[in-house]
Amino acid sequence: MDEKDLELLRILEENSRLSAEEIATMTSLTASDVAARVCALESAQVIKGYSTVINWEKAGNGEVSAIIELKVSPERDYGYDRIAERLSRFRQVKTLRLMTGTYDLQLLVTGKNMQEVSRFVSEHVAPMDRIRETATHIIMKSYKENGNTLFEQKEPERLPISP
Amino acid sequence: MRNFVSKRAEEIPPSGIRKFFDLVLTMEDVISLGVGEPDFRTPWNICESSIYSIEQGTTSYTSNKGLQTLRDALSRYLAQHYNLRYSADYEMIITTGVSEGLDIAVRSIVDPGDEVLIAQPSYVSYSPCVTLAGGKPVPVRCTEKDHFKLNPDALAEKITGKSKALIINFPNNPTGGVMTESDLKAIADIVIDNDLLLISDEVYAELTYETKHCATATVSDLWERTITLNGFSKAYAMTGWRIGYLCAPQELLEAALKIHQYIMLCAPVMGQVGAVEALRSAEEEKNSMVNEYRLRRNMFIAGLNRIGLPCHVPEGAFYAFPSVKKTGLSDVEFAERLLKEQRVAVVPGSVFGAGGEDHLRCAYAVSRKDLNTALQRMDEFIKTL
Repeated sequence: MDEKDLELLRILEENSRLSAEEIATMTSLTASDVAARVCALESAQVIKGYSTVINWEKAGNGEVSAIIELKVSPERDYGYDRIAERLSRFRQVKTLRLMTGTYDLQLLVTGKNMQEVSRFVSEHVAPMDRIRETATHIIMKSYKENGNTLFEQKEPERLPISP
Repeated sequence: MRNFVSKRAEEIPPSGIRKFFDLVLTMEDVISLGVGEPDFRTPWNICESSIYSIEQGTTSYTSNKGLQTLRDALSRYLAQHYNLRYSADYEMIITTGVSEGLDIAVRSIVDPGDEVLIAQPSYVSYSPCVTLAGGKPVPVRCTEKDHFKLNPDALAEKITGKSKALIINFPNNPTGGVMTESDLKAIADIVIDNDLLLISDEVYAELTYETKHCATATVSDLWERTITLNGFSKAYAMTGWRIGYLCAPQELLEAALKIHQYIMLCAPVMGQVGAVEALRSAEEEKNSMVNEYRLRRNMFIAGLNRIGLPCHVPEGAFYAFPSVKKTGLSDVEFAERLLKEQRVAVVPGSVFGAGGEDHLRCAYAVSRKDLNTALQRMDEFIKTL
């Protein structure tokens, strides 16, 4: 991993749809070098995938997201790892993190509607062994996702030509 | 009725940019590479601190020199980043943009008849400022062959018994040229031998892509004869805040301060508060903007060379300065036709004085998407020639 790799990662994190040719002209690498580096970063699982930031509220599919916090009793030898791995296998769990603070694990869960999310929590998450307490927070509105603001911003006016 | 306009005002030529400006305003769907300012918004923490200070009622005059906290922070910043030593108390004025800094610097040193050498192509206001102060601007041509650095021989050639000062601006608007320490040393020898004063506008100091900027006053014995001008506009995307600064040895500073206190009193306080925050906590935002400019520069310069507009690699600022000589059009013709036929606005190089003819200034402080579209349109245009 060198400075050029880090630069590639920063560029791809902001926009993963750029072609190798486009990235090449920005970084003064050749397109084949860019492609080879990206491939190596994928194999090493530094790059875990490519996704799109979508304003679902605008897309209007009515999906509901919730943040679920869990208090968990850690296991001897494994800590939180085994239970976290089990939880992360559920399709509904989009993000899962171990946190400091009142709760241990934090999940981002999405579902078709409120019922689906609450059924998932009450039927699948809450009854699991070692989970002592859950707190469910329904997301009412998202203003910023992965560095992208989701509300309309007016372009500031610039002079068309200035010295 | 008499003609009330003074001879001095009458003598200054109107800005060559004005005509383009008016033309662009009448057109739609124009991609403008003619804007000499960052396309980023001011980092939010800077805006927030200024808003808060207004809410707290910080809306008065400051001392003529500017807020003590800002000068203290700047003095530390310059020492740390550029090894540039200026006392916050005796050697620094916060100005209303570098524009004011330039004006008071020139007015504090120029007597009628004095010649002021100006490394050109240059920012459009140097020459008129000298004229307004009663001096005579003397252009020194920087060329593409020298990567738009100031050539010591070209400078020496223009020096006469009346030469008093030299104005330089590196990294340069409009060429993107930079001067390294050894480049500056060669200039320093001539400046010192001829007992000239140096006005160094370093407003693009933070925007260099290959080597770190070398502050003019740190080279040889230039400090005692240098007025350093700089500001927050370009590095922190704060053009509208109008905060610059002038640093100079005390005797020179006192002269500039007298003019500043009568014509400006002080720079706007809300801008000064924002500038304090910029120095305190906007380093990362600044670096990420510089990084983005670097990517755009690489992409844009490669594109210009590809479509047949040869361009040296500019090492600083955010301007490309390609040559249009091969197209057979003058820079003004090229820019006018490009605007009318393909709706891309660039500024003809001749607007920036000697050495600018046959070149275009293209600011790449626009989104990558717009840069790509501009390149496509320029390519189309060149194919019709």
